[in-house]
Parts: sequence; C-alpha cells; structure tokens
Amino acid sequence: MLLRLTIYALTALVCLPLVVVLSSLWSPDPEIWAHLRGYVLPDLVRNTVYLGLGTLSLTVLLGVGLAWLTAMYQFPAANYFAWALMLPLAIPTYVLAFVQSGLFDYGGALRQFARDVGFESYLPEMRSVTGAVWVMTLAFYPYVYLLARNAFLTMGNRALEAGQSLGLSRRQGFWRLALPMARPWIAAGALLVLMETLADFGAVSILNVDTFTTAIYKAWFALFSLNTASQLASILVLIAFVLMILEQAVRGARRYTATGRHSQHYAVALTGWRAIAASLACASVLAIAFIIPLVQLMVWAYQSRQDLDSRYWGFVGHSVTLSVLAALLVVGVALLLAYGKRRLPQAHISLMVKASSLGYAIPGAVLAVGIFVPIAGLDNYLIEQFALSQSAIFKGTLVVMLLAYLVRFLAVGLQPTQSALERVSPNQELAARSLGYTGWRLVSAVHIPMMRGGLLTALLLVFVDVMKELPITLMTRPFGWDTLAVRIFEMTSEGQWQQAALPAVLLVLVGLVPVWLITHHSENKTS
Amino acid sequence: MSILLSVDNISIAYQQQTVVKQLSFELEQGQIACLLGASGCGKTSVLRAIAGFEPIQTGQISLQQQLLSQPKQSIPAHQRRCGMVFQDYALFPHLTVAQNIAFGLQQWPAKQRQARVAELVSLVKLEAFVEQYPHQLSGGQQQRVALARALAPKPLLLLLDEPFSNLDAELRESLGLEVRALLKAENTTAILVTHDQHEAFAMADYVGVMYNGQIEQWASPYELYHQPSSRHIAQFIGEGVLVAGKRCQEDGSITLELGEIGVDVCACDAGEEVEVLIRPDDIIHDDDSLVQAKVLAKAFRGAEFLYTLELSSGTKVLSLVPSHHNHQLGEMIGIKLALDHTVAFAKMHI
Repeated sequence: MLLRLTIYALTALVCLPLVVVLSSLWSPDPEIWAHLRGYVLPDLVRNTVYLGLGTLSLTVLLGVGLAWLTAMYQFPAANYFAWALMLPLAIPTYVLAFVQSGLFDYGGALRQFARDVGFESYLPEMRSVTGAVWVMTLAFYPYVYLLARNAFLTMGNRALEAGQSLGLSRRQGFWRLALPMARPWIAAGALLVLMETLADFGAVSILNVDTFTTAIYKAWFALFSLNTASQLASILVLIAFVLMILEQAVRGARRYTATGRHSQHYAVALTGWRAIAASLACASVLAIAFIIPLVQLMVWAYQSRQDLDSRYWGFVGHSVTLSVLAALLVVGVALLLAYGKRRLPQAHISLMVKASSLGYAIPGAVLAVGIFVPIAGLDNYLIEQFALSQSAIFKGTLVVMLLAYLVRFLAVGLQPTQSALERVSPNQELAARSLGYTGWRLVSAVHIPMMRGGLLTALLLVFVDVMKELPITLMTRPFGWDTLAVRIFEMTSEGQWQQAALPAVLLVLVGLVPVWLITHHSENKTS
Repeated sequence: MSILLSVDNISIAYQQQTVVKQLSFELEQGQIACLLGASGCGKTSVLRAIAGFEPIQTGQISLQQQLLSQPKQSIPAHQRRCGMVFQDYALFPHLTVAQNIAFGLQQWPAKQRQARVAELVSLVKLEAFVEQYPHQLSGGQQQRVALARALAPKPLLLLLDEPFSNLDAELRESLGLEVRALLKAENTTAILVTHDQHEAFAMADYVGVMYNGQIEQWASPYELYHQPSSRHIAQFIGEGVLVAGKRCQEDGSITLELGEIGVDVCACDAGEEVEVLIRPDDIIHDDDSLVQAKVLAKAFRGAEFLYTLELSSGTKVLSLVPSHHNHQLGEMIGIKLALDHTVAFAKMHI
C-alpha cells in the first residue's frame, strides 16, 4: 500500500510541470498571442523549421553513411573509427558552438588559414541558422550513426547474403534491403536528433539564433513575462509530444524488424584508393567534430590558465554537488518506480511509470517554466496563508532545481535501472521470499547487489547529463550557484572564448564517460 | 544422368585455421544430398563456399560444367543461381509473404512473376497468408516462406543450412518429409546441412558424414546405417555397441566374445582381433533362449523398450524389445543374436 501511494505521489509530482505547461494552452492570453503572432512567431517558426530540417537531413546522411562504411567494410583503422566516431557526443552542443564560432571567427584559426589561401569568402558565418545546422549536425550525427550501425551489424550481412542468393549484388542489396530494413533504427536516431535540436538552448543562444527555447528564456528573464514564457513553452511541448509519439511508434516497428539472428560478421576489405578514401572520410569527420575542437579548447584553456583559481574550483564544486545529488535522487526514484512496477503488475501502474519518464522529451527551458510556475504559486499561497514575512520559501532553492532535474532525467536513470531489474528473475525473487526475505530486506539483499552494474550506469549517466545541462541550471539556480555550464554560458555570451575553454575542457572529459559506456556496451554486444 | 555439381578437393580456412580439408563430392541433377556432422565439423562452411559466401584455398567448385570457385577467383554469389534457405530464415521483415517470395523475380515479366508466386504459395500451402508480414507467422510458416522464396527463381541448386533446427521435434519430422516431396516435385537438386541424423535420413538420397573438415563416408542412409565405413561412423549413426571378437585362424570366421552367445558369424580371410557392431535390433528377446542377460537400464520408447543388458561375461549390449515385455531392472531375460550381416573393424590397440 505504501509502495502504491508512493508511486502515485511521485508520478503526480513528476507529471505536474507538464500539466502546468499544457494547461496554458487552454488559457491563452489574447494580448500575448497577438504580440507573439505579430513579432515573434514568424521568425521562430522559420528558424526552427530550417534548423530542424537541415540538421535532420545532414545527420541522417552523415550518420547512415558512416555507419554503413564502418559496419560493412574493412579499411585502415576502421576498428578505431568505429568507436571514435561516437566521441563527438562527449562535447555539449554549447561548447561545440562556441569552439566552432571561435574557429570561424575573425581572427579565428580557420578564418586566418582561409584568408592565407584566398578562400575566405566561401566560409559561412557561424552565428546564423546555417551555422547552427552545422554545429548540431556535428554534435548529433552520432545518434543516427550508433543506431544505424547496430542495425547494419545485426542484420545487414545476413540480409545481404539472402539477397545475393536471390540474385542481388551487394550494392543493390544496400538500397533494396539493408536500408529499408534499418529504417526503423534510422528513424529513431533521426527523431532523437530532432528532439535534441528542438530542446537545445545553449548552442542557439551562443550562435544568436532565435528559437523557441531562447524565446522562452528572453520572455522570462528579459521581459519578465512568465506568461509569455508559458505560452511559448506550451507550443514547444506540443511539438515535442508529437515527436515522442512518433518515436514510440517507430520503436514498435523496430521490435518486429529484429527477426534475424546475429550472423557471423564479415566485412569486405577495401583496397587501393577506396580504402584510403574511406579512412579519410572517417578521419575528416572525426577531426572536424572532435579533434580540432578539443585541441582548440586545450589551447584556449592553456592561454587562460591563470583562471585556475579558487573561483574555478567553486564552479567545479557546485557542478559536482548538484550532479551527485541529482543522480542519487533520480536513481532512487527510478529504483522505486521500477520495483513498484514489478511488484504491482497492473496496467495503470505501468502507464504511470511510463508517463513519469515523459520528461526526457521536454526541453529543459520548458521544464524550468513548468516547475517554477507551481512553486511560485505554492510560495504565494503559503505566505498569504500563514502571513509570513519572507518573499520566497521554495523559490530560488536547490529543491526547485533538483525537482526539475528529476523530471528531465528520470528516463535516463529509469532505463538502465529497469533493464538491470529484469536480470533479477521473478523466480530468484520467489526463492528469497520463500527463505524469509521481504520488503526492504529483500531489495537490499537480492535486488541491489544483483543490479549493482545497472545502477552504477544509471548514476553515471544522470551525473554527466546534469553536469552538462544548461537551461534548467541557468533558469532555476539559487543565487550564486554558478556551475561550470553556467560559467561557460556567461563567458561565451560575452565572446570570451578563452575564459570559457577552461570549464569546457573539464565537461568534455566528464562527457567521455557515457560515450565510453555506450561504445563499450554496443561493441561487447556485437562481438 | 549428368553431374550437376562437382566439389573437387576444396579447402577452407579462416585465419590460419583450416576448417575444411580437401573435400570432394559430386551431385547429379535432382538428387538431394546431406552433409551431416556435429557442430564445428565444417559442414556449413562447405555450404557457404558453394553459395559463394566463402573463398576457397584449394580445389574448385563447378556447377553445370561452369567453374564457380577456385582459389583467389570466384563468381559473385548473386550470379551463381544457388538458392539458399538460412538457418534463421533471414526473411525480410519489411516485406509481406508474397513480396518476400517475389524478391528474386525482379527480372521476370510481371505476369509470370505473379503466376510463379501464386504457384509457390499454393505449393507451400500459405494461400491465406500472402499479405501477412513474417513476424505474424509461426516458425513452421516462416520456414515455408523461406523455402518458397529460395525456390521461386528456379535455382540450379538449393542449399539448406540447418533448415529445421529452430522448429520443435514434431514439426521437424513432418516438415522434413514435406520438403523432400516438394523438392522432388520441382526436380530440384539440393544440399542440406544438419547435425540431426533423423533429419538427414528423412530428407536425403545421399548423406556425407563430416568429421574434422572431411567427408568420412558418402552413402545412402541405408548403407550408412548398415555398412558404416569406420568405427567413428558406426558409433555416430544410430545406436549400437562394439563387441570384441576373434577371427579363427582356419576358416576366418569370427567368434564373438558375447559370453554364452558367441556365434560364428561370417567368413573372413585373415586371423586377428576385431570388434563387431551390434545394433539394438540385432539382439532379439526370446524367453525360451538359454542365454540369459541382466537388465541394467531401460528406456521406454512407446512401441519398444530399449534395454541395456549385461551378459555373464560382463559385455554390455543394447536390445530393442516390444514394449509389452516389461521387465524390471536386475531381472534376467533370455536373448539371442540375429545378425544379418557383419560390420567388423580391426581392434584398436591402445
């Protein structure tokens, strides 16, 4: 009973911000809408569509191409590229944005080089929608790459062989078999890219591109109109929901497509210029998306090394404290929900658990609004009710922030927790029960030790995600709680690339951890 | 009849490790052959080499006098006209049953293609499922789609890689007979790879027993069971025990060391110690027999019991006995030897 009530309460808490944001759809403010329609929305919609479609098509092109190359062919260093091409995931988009604009900037390394070879007029302006497409493509193509590569590895070869036995060459097999069969995976990757692109706040604000997330931020912090922010958030959340429903549908299709058992993997060896071209293609993507930005960051970090003072360690301390607290909170709640879902096998419970992981689809900027509005309401109510003298109770405390992280990253923690729990079979649970273990004793003696690996993964993933998170941190942090991400944002909005590099290097290094986890996991699965 | 497929002296190696060693066999038009062996014996590699998925290091493979494979040179798989049924069927999940079957018929005129698909659909009895997707079918139905898809382009040779291993035992047997009838009806030449001898016996005209990358014996199922060419095959195929015997110096007949039932069984030319294969059906239960054996173990098989018996000499033999003779463990029962022909191997001296 207690477990049931806890799950009800947690689900309600986690879904509250969504309800708040969505409810402003039902109470549109005509005055605000007139303003939005006239001055804000046309630009936002144009930018968002351009950004979304551009990023989508380029990531699919790049991701699928690289996945096919590394999955089906052998060429110099192919095995290294296979995992190294995931590395760009380690760089937060806002870091990549400022490094790329620094590189392309007047006086930047790339522009100087271009000027020397008389190439300058061809370089695009980074602080534009085109620049944002460029940055997002480099940052997000690994999603498509990873999923498409897994699809090609697990079924590409067997499907091609079946095709060959029916008279299709390998090249025809790619277009007629491998590509259509991998479609659900590619679509899933593409939708993920689209969701991340829409949710991105840091990169677009650094590149001066107005999108829904930056508009929400400006409405709140420049115009001080929480109402406008809510109205904008409700549009964005609608788009996000549509994407999420599509993603769920695609996920279903993926289950059916996975009929073939994994066959022995066999990569065709490329020779001569083809081999060199393949290596060069992989190397240049890796260089542009990861190596050059990282080197540039290190150079800048070295130039600003005198910043490595107590203030810097303060940012690190804040980041680590927040991330640890959030990770523990998220994984604790995830454990409760996952365990509850198993103990109470009812349709509405599993629906509630599913609903509580909706937050992953909701952009951070939207969530910040969705959390802040009810908390402010609660504060006002309490102050009025008890005639208190302070102006805020929960507003501007860590509680708000942690709550927002919980909603945003519950899915990140829930997924590995649930799959770890699946490893504890119902019979093992029954065996322990028949030996007299119940309740918390059962969980602590059987589940937690058996789930250790999965829980650790969950903790790590949430830790890193929170550390890299920007919009929620920026909008809901208590006064003085500047983190590494906030510091980067503030320095870059003043164009101080060097000062931003020092905290960014640390974030990239931390960001390597989940990338390592993913590549380690997927390469283990396929070998 | 002319030779359709000739596999001549082929070797296959992966990274220094040779899995198939100088293997040869030939197949005539319309024959169904089976490569039988435990997992890892190289049988699937042979199949994949014929299909064109593996290069060969020595020898050559030819089909209808056309050279398909030789070291460092081979015709690509898609130009070989070898159909293949994969162990996991490898159906295309994004295509319906009809589209799967039609997949290899892209070059055919639309009318003929439709007619061929309809013909195969009715041949494998899937008329009701043409518009369904593979994941909506049962294992046996998927198997049939895979077979129909491979047969559709009228391949010169059909290759089946453990086609029934994902099905349950009952379905395996009935489908095996069905598939054989189907292949014979289409006059298709086929090679089947399996580790299940019952499957091999049910399907094949000829069986090649593979061991360690080589074919130990190439023969009909009947021959294989009754005239195994080696000790290994005698033990691998069917049930039975090897019983020690001795050849007489004078007339070459064999005296079996079966305790009291030692009988002269056949005439041979030289005198030495041998071992004779005794199948369970070579030992007959006879209550009147003076020879008594102790029941050590019994396994009920419905119509029969398979008894493990111990003779007074300590030799153990197997005997198939009609199941109404239900004896207890430890009981003594009368038996006699009824050998039609003798399979004997020189005794191994260890």
